[in-house]
Amino acid sequence: MLEEIKSLRKAPEEEYYVPGHRTCAGCGPALQYRLVAKAAGPNTIFLGPTGCMYVANTSYGCGPWAVPWIHAQITNGGAVASGIEAAYKAMIRKHKTDAEFPNIIVMAGDGGSADIGLQALSAAFYRGHNILFIAYDNESYANTGIQTSPTTPYGAWTTFSPAGPVIPEGKKLMPKDLPKMMAHGHPELKYLATASLAYPLDLMNKVRRGLNAQGPSFLYVHAPCPKGWSFPADKTVEMGKLAVETGMFQLYELNEGQYKLTYQPKEIKPVEEYIKLQGRFSHLQPEHIQKLQQFANGRLKEVGIEVSVPAQ
Amino acid sequence: MSISPNEVPFAGTVPSPKTENEGMITGSWRTRRPILDADKCTECLICWISCPDSSIKAASSGMEFNLKYCKGCGICNEVCPVGAISLVPELDFED
Repeated sequence: MLEEIKSLRKAPEEEYYVPGHRTCAGCGPALQYRLVAKAAGPNTIFLGPTGCMYVANTSYGCGPWAVPWIHAQITNGGAVASGIEAAYKAMIRKHKTDAEFPNIIVMAGDGGSADIGLQALSAAFYRGHNILFIAYDNESYANTGIQTSPTTPYGAWTTFSPAGPVIPEGKKLMPKDLPKMMAHGHPELKYLATASLAYPLDLMNKVRRGLNAQGPSFLYVHAPCPKGWSFPADKTVEMGKLAVETGMFQLYELNEGQYKLTYQPKEIKPVEEYIKLQGRFSHLQPEHIQKLQQFANGRLKEVGIEVSVPAQ
Repeated sequence: MSISPNEVPFAGTVPSPKTENEGMITGSWRTRRPILDADKCTECLICWISCPDSSIKAASSGMEFNLKYCKGCGICNEVCPVGAISLVPELDFED
């Protein structure tokens, strides 16, 4: 059983995601990876389906993990994790190993979870394997040069949704809501939560609760990407905070079917404060910003936060 | 490079690093270096938990930067609640 971390001083000092990786300066996904590894501890196996956190971390013949790590294709993070879990269970049952059952963590991007990797993720959760699946959401396919993914928000510029005279808003579709999809279709699900790297204690505790749940657990982590979203590298944490404070991202958990809001901002700010700092939204006209405000208000209502910024 | 076939790692398996990955030293990326004002620092550990490159450590003498890996992103300067960290252009230093 992993204990609750009460304060930053009580957080483990040891690093299992060590310095020396090729991620960009100020990388949000790298920061959340470090926090996840810290919370999970030494008895952990990481799986890296293709994505930034595979490509940018593995350089020729080396990687930054002090714990075992294995690559999986972008389609099959859930399937490889199921195999590792089943093999450990069988070997422990047949006394072929004296190893303790490890924390099996899949670190998939939004492409490896909400898009290309969705079937393997859903199948693993349907079968009820004891794994923690983390989807770090940087809202694009970033390692191949910022292409649109299903979680890219409305109005964002990507190389596949450029803003121009015909489509002035860039991306036309509203993003997919992966945590709600996972929450309502998988009877074996034990724990589900959303977290943000701007709230490190909350994130680490949710990782621990997920690992303690002894069943399929899903964690959805908001991870701002300075390169893909076009903002300065030092604003990563601020961007994560603003996303929560403007209602573009909501922090909640679902523990054994019990829904709980884990963080409620004191005052909801207009989404404009969040998007004006990002180059990917720089082309938006007022009517597009209103559409994004409507989107944020809708999500806030769904999770039970009072909407205080009206959309026209 | 001459490795006998028996010594080639199985299925691309490579050893895990313990405390740092020397295969990818990133300190040379930095254009601005974080400098700590120890008088202002309250050791609240917010910079330590916010560093994507695990390059800040709480030592007995205060917060320490690991300049071998620090990429100079400046998150530490941004999150510090008392303004104890400043970023100085790398060209101002001789080393």
